[in-house]
Amino acid sequence: MNAGTYDVVIVGSGIVGAACALECAQQKLRVAVLDHDTVGGGATAAGMGHIVVMDDSEAQFSLTRYSQQLWQELRPELPDDVEYTQCGTIWVAADDEEMSEVHRKAAYYGRHGVPAQILSAEELENLEPNLQKGLAGGLIVPEDGVLYPPCAARFLIEKAQNHGALLQLGAPVSGIGNGRVRRADGTEISAGIIVNAAGAWAWELTRGISVKKRKGHLVITDRYPGFVSHQLVELGYLKSAHSHNADSVAFNVQPRRTGQVLIGSSRQYGAEHKEVDHDILARMLQRAQQYMPGLAQTSAIRVWTGFRAATPDKLPLIGPCAEDSTVYLATGHEGLGITTSLASARLLVDQILGSTSAISREPYLPARVTTLEHAHV
Amino acid sequence: MSSLQKQFDVLVVGGGPAGIAAAISASECGARVGVVDDNFALGGQIWRGEHAKSDSKASAWLQRVNATAIEFVPGVRIIDQPKANVLRGEGPSGCIDILYRKLILATGARERFLPFPGWTLQNVMGAGALQALVKGGLPIRGKRVVVAGTGPLLLAVAAYLHKAGAKVLLICEQASRTSLARLGARLLIHRGKLAQALSLRKDLAGVRSLTGAWPIAAEGNGVLRSVVISHRGSTEMVDCDYLACGFHLVPNTELASLLGCRVQDGRVYVDHFQRTSRANIFCAGEPTGVGGVELAVVEGQVAGLAAVGQEDRAMKLFRPRRKLRRFAQALDRTFALRPELRQVTQPQTIVCRCEDVTYKQITQHRSWRAAKLQTRCGMGPCQGRVCGPAAEFLLGWTPDSVRPPVFPTLLSTISEMPPPETGVVESVAMRGQQ
Amino acid sequence: MSEQISVLVNGAPCIVAKGTTAAVAMLIAGAECRASVTSEPRGPLCGMGICFECRAEIDGIAHRRSCQIVCESGMEIRTDV
Repeated sequence: MNAGTYDVVIVGSGIVGAACALECAQQKLRVAVLDHDTVGGGATAAGMGHIVVMDDSEAQFSLTRYSQQLWQELRPELPDDVEYTQCGTIWVAADDEEMSEVHRKAAYYGRHGVPAQILSAEELENLEPNLQKGLAGGLIVPEDGVLYPPCAARFLIEKAQNHGALLQLGAPVSGIGNGRVRRADGTEISAGIIVNAAGAWAWELTRGISVKKRKGHLVITDRYPGFVSHQLVELGYLKSAHSHNADSVAFNVQPRRTGQVLIGSSRQYGAEHKEVDHDILARMLQRAQQYMPGLAQTSAIRVWTGFRAATPDKLPLIGPCAEDSTVYLATGHEGLGITTSLASARLLVDQILGSTSAISREPYLPARVTTLEHAHV
Repeated sequence: MSSLQKQFDVLVVGGGPAGIAAAISASECGARVGVVDDNFALGGQIWRGEHAKSDSKASAWLQRVNATAIEFVPGVRIIDQPKANVLRGEGPSGCIDILYRKLILATGARERFLPFPGWTLQNVMGAGALQALVKGGLPIRGKRVVVAGTGPLLLAVAAYLHKAGAKVLLICEQASRTSLARLGARLLIHRGKLAQALSLRKDLAGVRSLTGAWPIAAEGNGVLRSVVISHRGSTEMVDCDYLACGFHLVPNTELASLLGCRVQDGRVYVDHFQRTSRANIFCAGEPTGVGGVELAVVEGQVAGLAAVGQEDRAMKLFRPRRKLRRFAQALDRTFALRPELRQVTQPQTIVCRCEDVTYKQITQHRSWRAAKLQTRCGMGPCQGRVCGPAAEFLLGWTPDSVRPPVFPTLLSTISEMPPPETGVVESVAMRGQQ
Repeated sequence: MSEQISVLVNGAPCIVAKGTTAAVAMLIAGAECRASVTSEPRGPLCGMGICFECRAEIDGIAHRRSCQIVCESGMEIRTDV
């Protein structure tokens, strides 16, 4: 990599950095991507790869929906190993209270043009016979899907490279700012704009940003084709994702195209080490077996952890830093990095070029966060 | 559902020669000792099928076990450490948590496999593997077998199969005649081993064997039909029913890694008392460096004695251990893999058998981790135990960190909460121990 | 090991000597243990329970390492090939 000036230098080749690289390169910007390890080696490698429209807030809905549409447009180009499968999500309701949430969600999606269908207890059982009997019902969102994130990130990076982007792996970055990127080996690169897409490490490069690590556990089983057909998420998941300071678990299960079952999810604040926390793991798996008792007899072949990058208001940071106009942030995507990567990249490049965006960029601007600092526990 | 629980002063993981020796040494000093093993009988791999009533060295040790209060916990695979001083296993009754004061890892070794065209055909397997299957009831009388690869195991397996009535057509050792001759000369120093070697030679009289030879392909339609051997620059095809092919042994260090013990160059680091880098954890036998049965037994004894504070008695074994370790190093040198073996794996050869990833696919990437994430090699149920050592030999890639479970396990087993705080009641023998 | 027992391999009875492992029972019955991800027929590789090539459904539970399981009378062994 020569020491010339790049229009954009992106730090982080996870799904968000990769998507940004592609958008920028497609707009004929001179792009370089640096990563301390391998493509998609952080949360991208650890996460579930669920592409899901969420309705926690208008802003979250807007971004996830826009991004899901971008994934669907990209779908024909995706190679086989990205394993894009439009399996749909079923939000599972355990009781009447959760069933009224199903109705609320159905109405919301209906108003916003997202296909969704309410499932009775019987319909739920027919669609997913391995679910525990006696659940109240659910909501199926057929346009949601899943993919295999490390290969997706690689595809985006390769496409960016085809448009002239340069990739440097094994290149840790020690500092960014004022149009310069300083690498751990002491060398520097000039950049018109630096994009901090370093996920859980973003705060190391841009001090003071409100991105905290939120640890999660996952388990994958051997192959059981047909055991589960949709991404299944309990409505209680929303309570888990809402919490700011309590460790929580929720039922969240995904069919991989290999036939393996991917089981989540858990959230912890303040856990800095990547070792498995056996208490949380046990709680998470017990919850999963409450919804799908048949999981007990499956062979679990691997357990791992990952760190989501979380912000105080659960929306990502996409846009320029208040303190340094040469630094842009594209981070803080929590559990929605895969889903919102493409839209985040689009909003980012729009800001770099001064174009208008398909959706409002306001809710994701980094400048908003200073007023929210006090809310972040 | 609560899991079964046991507690011991000294827990030994692995019921092979090292584990047996360690357990006996500790138990005869009065400690409460448990031995846990995946198999339902003691003996590990090399003493598989031996029992206390026969006339071998193994049986002498097994008789000694019977005379102690050692508790054998059979059919249990250790899969995780849910909490300090507790190991979790999965056995016939499900989840079992075992509490311990001292831990001795005697997890043995496994065969090293190198991928070659056709190695995934049925009836192509490891050398020790074919022996294990025959011990497990496989009819072998009259079947044509080629034994290939490298290491002392080849001759032992060939002799066993020959005695069981197989037609051992050929033994191919990749080590050169000169290396083997050098080893042969060393045997004169180790009289016990010389006797073994001569006995093997006698057992295999009349069996064709080649040095500097190795398989380059196995052929057949789903099932093995013939093997192609490379020898002195030319090839030879041999029709056979079984190919027993293994390239020496790889230490099983996964559990040690999970527990945070220092592992370097694929071996568990231990000090002169077989202590690992983690307090209260010892390691003996092949995981500290592949060295054969006698060394494993001595290391086991040292570990067992040291674990119960009998360092003075342990020190008496340092001299025989040193001698055996020198022999082990000689074995290492003799059976080192020659670089030509790297040319055997072809681009279309499957390297990761769990996920059917070819050599070509793996070599698109620059590191084990990148290859894993992009191709899934090493992400299957064998957890890289087969493909990892192959990738290390072929590409110099070192495996990455070990995560639980160290062995695939039922989800229900890892769903159990870690056991609550309980101290292990120590027996008299252990009082005064750190 | 002269006593004989009967197990079922893919529904068909197979007589084996007592002490025989399920993997060997499959080999004796001429069945492949499993089909790989790309549909290659596979049998045991390591013989000691670490390679997972010998996986089969035994008494209703899938993905069991057949080389580590001793046959019992009436055991139902199913391969996916």
